[in-house]
Amino acid sequence: MEKTAELGKNRTGIDMSPVHSKEMISGVEEMTDAEAYHGTSEAAEMDMRSMAAIDTQYIRESDPVGSVPIPGTLKGTLKSGLKKAGGHDPEVFLNKLGQRLAYERTGVRLYESVITKCDAADELHPAGPVTVEGLRCIRDEEEDHFLLLKEALETLGADPTAQTPDADVSGVAAMGIQQALNDPRTTMPQCLELLLTVELADNAAWELLIKLAGELNLGELCEQFQHALTQEEEHVQRIRSWYEEMVMSQSAGKRMEVH
Amino acid sequence: MTITLFDNKGTPLEQQKFTWKDLVQKPISKLDDDAFTRVRVILMNGIEQQANRFQHLCSQMNGDLRKPLALVRRAEHHQQTMVNWLLSGDHSPIETTIGYEQVAIEVTAAIAQQEPDEYLAQVYRFGLLEDFDHMYRYSALLDRVEGKDANNILQSYTDVIPGRPTVVEHRHPLDDLRDHYDRGTAEPISKMNALTIMSGEYQTRDYYMNIGPTFADPVARQLYAEIASIEEQHVTQYGSIIDPNETMLEKWLLYEANEAYNYYSCMEAETNPRIKAIWERFLNYELGHLNLVAELFKKHEKRDPAEILPETLPDPIAYESQREFVRETLKTEINLSAAGATFVDRSEETEATQDYRNYLNSEGSPSEAVAENYQWHPGTELARAAGKAA
Repeated sequence: MEKTAELGKNRTGIDMSPVHSKEMISGVEEMTDAEAYHGTSEAAEMDMRSMAAIDTQYIRESDPVGSVPIPGTLKGTLKSGLKKAGGHDPEVFLNKLGQRLAYERTGVRLYESVITKCDAADELHPAGPVTVEGLRCIRDEEEDHFLLLKEALETLGADPTAQTPDADVSGVAAMGIQQALNDPRTTMPQCLELLLTVELADNAAWELLIKLAGELNLGELCEQFQHALTQEEEHVQRIRSWYEEMVMSQSAGKRMEVH
Repeated sequence: MTITLFDNKGTPLEQQKFTWKDLVQKPISKLDDDAFTRVRVILMNGIEQQANRFQHLCSQMNGDLRKPLALVRRAEHHQQTMVNWLLSGDHSPIETTIGYEQVAIEVTAAIAQQEPDEYLAQVYRFGLLEDFDHMYRYSALLDRVEGKDANNILQSYTDVIPGRPTVVEHRHPLDDLRDHYDRGTAEPISKMNALTIMSGEYQTRDYYMNIGPTFADPVARQLYAEIASIEEQHVTQYGSIIDPNETMLEKWLLYEANEAYNYYSCMEAETNPRIKAIWERFLNYELGHLNLVAELFKKHEKRDPAEILPETLPDPIAYESQREFVRETLKTEINLSAAGATFVDRSEETEATQDYRNYLNSEGSPSEAVAENYQWHPGTELARAAGKAA
């Protein structure tokens, strides 16, 4: 059986240490002011107030993560699009383009990590229905999307090498996913769940990007982005299909094939 | 601005106080602040970290000084906290690492050029080319694992090209010990340069040792293990250029003078006014420490601090791109190694070093693997590949 769901060795829950756990619980009851802890949601909210007060102070005093680099001269299509749109701020669009570019670029590396894992599959580390070819197809399309966004930014007069604020924040969020995917111990179903998270967020972001491009009358970009979205929708379907097949097979106790 | 060391009393120790809110200030912006602001933050954390280490060690070896050491060390510790906490939480560990190596390259290069002793200047150039290669390897890791461009951190101040290959930097411990300066004849700036660079490298070694195991990726884990080993070599090297015959109080006096010098250098170069104010505040704290230690020096050693310290601080460290100097050094010194304290061509290395290195590398080299066919390109190597395909 695949190791993910193996029973027996996990020591983290209190049921694994009945004697010590009982001592811990009774220690809290006997050695602390039990009346201060009523266990109600109101009490829980009050317990968080001090932390929230510190956080609130910093939130109110903080500057943004950083600024969006605006090109010195807005080029052709963006300039005329902005003129027609009237009052729209190019900063939002450029920030989102930069974010998507960074996301697709990181996405290529995430898929390369899972390709390595798929390639290393054996009886003890099965990849089930997942194939290197299937993953590589998605990886290559992510790279195409990165190129598309790079060209879009250059056409608009922006610098595609700059890290925009939303790209930075997305990068921070992606760290956890990278860490889990790159861990040699994580299984293919675990990796597929993480990739599904990535793809679902990606889909939502492309939808928004298309809307923003539409508001700015960037018709050609809208078409190109729509094509990318269609591919991303296929990614979600494929990853979700693989993921569900592997987990349901695990649940049914079926042995996973090694391709 | 000229800082005189003996007239300037700085801030009295009893006024060097903090609150938690004061200690944890708004961090710098990874995107908007100049890369050299980050360089200064990282270096000064290293300077304070080494001060803390040194003062703890002294305390364990000198009963009479325990109380003043404890008092000064507490202030230094909190200074370190305020400085290090200026790094914002959106720096990934590898991005922070890129920052650390930029410190090593730019500050070592600046110091190599301001060092009056030719042998010591060679020691700095030798280490420089190795840290330069570490930057290249970590940039490859950042690109290939996180899909990010190291230049977002470097801001084009520092090249990303191979230096002296990390795989051949591994040397037997006895080939990392250098000749030390003579405490009686060395210029004060030489003594301070040694403290600055040793502090930076020691901090880097500790940082890699702390974060190396936090990576899940096996290549990252191995690469940090490998480069941390080189940083340990560098700490050995830079520590060994310091005269071991200096008395403890002589060393403490030099430490405080060097801290003042570094805060002064930071203050002169700083472009962020909020951060500049911190450098100025802590320059005055260090002048306070210096005056306290000067009195201890007079009391316990019956000597005049002016024997070992200059009247005024030297010209500040140059915080600017040292690209041309690094490239020039790369052209002429890439094949250097060391046999004992002498720099030699790699063909003349000791058998001990060759045996040591060959064994370490006998199951593969993470620094070679991570950067296989890696060439930095703006926007990552994927942008270069995409450009070729277009």
